[in-house]
Amino acid sequence: MNLEKVMDIKNFSFTYAGAEKPSLKNINLPIYYKKVTALIGPSGCGKSTLLRSLNRIHDLYPGNKYEGEILLKDLETGKMENILEYKKENELIKLRQRVGMIFQKPTPFPMSIYDNIAYGLRLMGKKNKAELDEKVEEALKGAALWNEVKDRLKDDARGLSGGQQQRLCIARAIAVEPEVLLMDEPTSALDPISTLAIEELVTKLKDKVTIVIVTHNMQQASRVSDFTAYMYLGELVEFGTTEQIFLNPQKKHTADYIAGKFG
Amino acid sequence: MRLIINKIVLLLSTLAAILGLVFLFWILITLTIKGISAINLHIFTNDLVNNGLRNLLVGQFVLAFIAVIIGVPIGMVAGIYLQEYSFGNKYAEFIRNLSDVMMSAPSIVIGTFVYAIIVSPVGHMNGWAGAIALAIMMIPIVVRTTDDMLGLVPKELREAGVAIGAPKYKVIFDIVIKAAKVGIMTGLLLAFARIVGETAPLLFTSGNSEYFTLNLNHEFPSLTVAIYTLATMPDKSLVDIAWAGAFLLTLFVLIINLLGRFVIKEKKK
Repeated sequence: MNLEKVMDIKNFSFTYAGAEKPSLKNINLPIYYKKVTALIGPSGCGKSTLLRSLNRIHDLYPGNKYEGEILLKDLETGKMENILEYKKENELIKLRQRVGMIFQKPTPFPMSIYDNIAYGLRLMGKKNKAELDEKVEEALKGAALWNEVKDRLKDDARGLSGGQQQRLCIARAIAVEPEVLLMDEPTSALDPISTLAIEELVTKLKDKVTIVIVTHNMQQASRVSDFTAYMYLGELVEFGTTEQIFLNPQKKHTADYIAGKFG
Repeated sequence: MRLIINKIVLLLSTLAAILGLVFLFWILITLTIKGISAINLHIFTNDLVNNGLRNLLVGQFVLAFIAVIIGVPIGMVAGIYLQEYSFGNKYAEFIRNLSDVMMSAPSIVIGTFVYAIIVSPVGHMNGWAGAIALAIMMIPIVVRTTDDMLGLVPKELREAGVAIGAPKYKVIFDIVIKAAKVGIMTGLLLAFARIVGETAPLLFTSGNSEYFTLNLNHEFPSLTVAIYTLATMPDKSLVDIAWAGAFLLTLFVLIINLLGRFVIKEKKK
């Protein structure tokens, strides 16, 4: 297997504003290019906190503290840059265009289906109507939503079903062609059929984009991911290929969690 | 024993409710009877100098409209600041409380204040002073509404906006405000209904005028102040005009309030 790191988390610790102890302690984790990496672990283990550090969305709230390094590869120059050194709003905006995010609950913007997708593209300075039309269609097809919405692109996006809304959010995220897509329990608010659709989508998307997915559902991790990281109490316990973690965990703690003995 | 106390409490609270409603209906019925009988085409086409209400109705709207133009932007920006930009700022809670206190400030005090800062230096009452007094009454209501309605927008929506690469101000204006649009509009409507029927802030700021005018640099006609003046006149025909004015004003405020409630209901669906 030819593996290339697109992100590299090194000695990373994170402390929430006002907290005495760090929520993440000394995490070391590679994120491989065009692979799906699942973060699993019991509630409160810090998997979402880690995910939300990768696009620095924590910066919306003042006082949080990052330590260590999170490197992101510049796909043009091949150089790894430490995203924790970004200070200006411009740099953070660029970062978030390169590292997209899907949330637990679908978050359609209060505008039409078309405008939801075009929003990020317009932010990047794309104004040409024909180009926008083409990109919107491409993104909706990429998120397996085109056939369901092509006749009502001008309708309010909030009228879609939950599963459609979540695919719309995925379409919106992939429209700006990010290098990495972060998914924070993207199916936990959805019914089983919508969940299946999203899982199929994740498998399909990894041809184009690297995915990091946080999930509570171990079957989901085993179905969709190539690599799995098991976290517990803010520390990374074990990382390996999904096959190895599920079939042959090296640590007893991992084995117990996967066997459902706690969590 | 407990059952008896229960019955007594029920009886007392029912009586209190009935007593309150009786007065309310008494007012409304008197107002409707006396108001409708005084309404005719003449009062809509003539100014106060000719025993009509035209200049007063227009004047009241002009004052309220200017108050909205001044008060809504200031109030909304302040509300946006409180909800979106003030995290971790220890003065934010203070400003919020102060604004709430302002909301219950007696309107006559606001009138006096505007008299002191505008009317007194200028030397005579004028329309601008009246509009500003109404705007000052309106601002805290708008602040509160904007603050509360933006607060109802889930934080995930803001995060999603930021996560797609939008700068903060764009997230607020393109996404958060749009999501809270119905609530904010309703609040603005109710704030408007609140100020459109005010007398005390206008009493010694805009004063009154018997003639039609759109010049805000001079004393300015308003329905509420005119009702106050006309109601104390010995001439019955003038008192009747006051009744007609009071009825129209009440009807208008009622309609705005119903409209506001209707919008809220539609939103909940």
